[in-house]
Amino acid sequence: MKQYKTSKQLALVIDLNVCVGCHACVTNCKEWNTSGSAGALSDDNPYDKDPTGTFFNRVQTYEIGEYPKTETIHFPKSCLHCEEPPCVPVCPTGASYKREEDGIVLVDYDKCIGCRYCSWACPYGAREIDEHQKVMKKCTLCVDRIYDTDLPEEERKPACVLACPTSARLFGDVHDPDSEVSEAIREQGGYQLMPEWGSKPSNHYLPRRKQKVKHSPEELERVDNPLKKEDYQAEDSAGPSLDDVTSW
Amino acid sequence: MQPAFSVIFLTTLIGMGQGVFLAIYTEHVYSVLNVVQQSNNSQFYVIGSVVALGLLVLGLFASFFHLGHPERAWRAATMWRTSWLSREVIVLPIVMFFVFVYAVLHFFEFNIVLITFGSIDVNLSLVIGAVATLTVFALYICTAMIYASLKFLQEWHCVLTVLNYTLLGSASGFTATALLSFYTQADKFNFYLGWSLVLLVLAFISRIASLYRNRRLRPISTVQTAIGIRHNQIKQKSMGFMGGAVNTRDFFHGKTRLFIRSIKQIFIWLLFIVPLCIMTLTFYSPSYEMIGLAMISMYLGLLAERWYFFADANHPQNIYYQVIS
Ligand code: SF4
Ligand code: SF4
Repeated sequence: MKQYKTSKQLALVIDLNVCVGCHACVTNCKEWNTSGSAGALSDDNPYDKDPTGTFFNRVQTYEIGEYPKTETIHFPKSCLHCEEPPCVPVCPTGASYKREEDGIVLVDYDKCIGCRYCSWACPYGAREIDEHQKVMKKCTLCVDRIYDTDLPEEERKPACVLACPTSARLFGDVHDPDSEVSEAIREQGGYQLMPEWGSKPSNHYLPRRKQKVKHSPEELERVDNPLKKEDYQAEDSAGPSLDDVTSW
Repeated sequence: MQPAFSVIFLTTLIGMGQGVFLAIYTEHVYSVLNVVQQSNNSQFYVIGSVVALGLLVLGLFASFFHLGHPERAWRAATMWRTSWLSREVIVLPIVMFFVFVYAVLHFFEFNIVLITFGSIDVNLSLVIGAVATLTVFALYICTAMIYASLKFLQEWHCVLTVLNYTLLGSASGFTATALLSFYTQADKFNFYLGWSLVLLVLAFISRIASLYRNRRLRPISTVQTAIGIRHNQIKQKSMGFMGGAVNTRDFFHGKTRLFIRSIKQIFIWLLFIVPLCIMTLTFYSPSYEMIGLAMISMYLGLLAERWYFFADANHPQNIYYQVIS
């Protein structure tokens, strides 16, 4: 199998501890990507019975455990820009490819014949065919905005990242050990989805982390104050003096 | 997966076309080697090749209905280094080309002898036929590997997929050739019929083996690995949308278990048991109607088999799309 070696690998890190499931990333993704020069992400019956449409990003909800001991996890999912993308080598036209320069997996809409084979070859269900343009679509990591020098520097990020009100989505180069995303993966237990297929997703998820502070009794009681006298004052400060009136 | 009729027709029709060619060429080789009685068969080889070509063209035609942009189909020949689909797209016209040349050589009875071994003359059509046979087998492999190469579709990721495509295609092709030969080359009818029986029995064994294998499969991906949370009790509450999406249409057949099970029974009976019985009878009392009936039953069975083949495969992406809301 072909080895994809990219010096840089842009990716998202999604913090499940923070995500509140508001779908802001979904709507902003749709808004940005349906307005680009590549044409709309087509929908059918959007305000009617049986609506259907093309999206790059979905937020799902899972319930973990059994009532009353349950936790709700909101789980955003888009193309994971795999380091060994199984969807790329199967494409008969070369329309699906992984960029050398930043590891983004893209579809060339002008070459795609709409055979759907790549979507069969993605275990994550991240590819959706556009039923009107008849080409395969998927998350582009907003390749058309992250390099756009007309935008102010801080806006050169994927639309979903900018939209997230809780900053649950981090964006950066996972091959750079000093990047924000690498640090988050390393220090907060970032993991990949379905590691069993060897596709090595670049996007990572940060697990739920319970914020528990542990206190030992020693921390609550002063061990160096055996008489439990809290208003203890130094011997020599028996009376007020002119220069330190505020000291007691 | 959601079975697509374009792909079902593509795979069954080209499989049968390839089988028809294998049948006439097998007879050709046998008659050169004097295993079967020699006769002037050129005309039958032409008929057989034309039928094979017709089936291949029909299959190709059906495949275009699967594409979003058929006008760009030629592009699919570019990635043969990595894609089995691309390889199939290349090998299919090559098969057609050699079958066509084979037909032309026989049509003009253009039989220059290239080498002679003892009493056996190796003429040009024999060599072209051998090349065509190799490409036919290559095409079976390419077609089946499109499915067998996808490792997380566990039902397909198995050598039995390749074996089934080859055996089922050959068996249906030999039966079609037996039907063709009934009036035009009656002395070879039993030859083709015998081979069809043998191939069909082999295909039956191999298909049952894959059914048995698939029944015992345990999914490697679970909701735990899919979302990466270690807990035995995970329920999806929402898949993120209430309407439809490609993800809910393309990857699941949407039929009841009962329906799936009945399709399995239908193909086991129509594709294997009924034709095997009819053909065994036909072996003793040849009848055009009987072999025709076997062929019809077999092709209907083949359609059901291919439908089942697709519906049977569980795509791991379905784990993410369980609950509408
Ligand atoms: S998530 Fe799917 S579509 Fe995206 S790179 Fe990986 S295999 Fe390909
Ligand atoms: S649908 Fe398009 S991108 Fe996907 S495999 Fe076919 S040609 Fe390639």
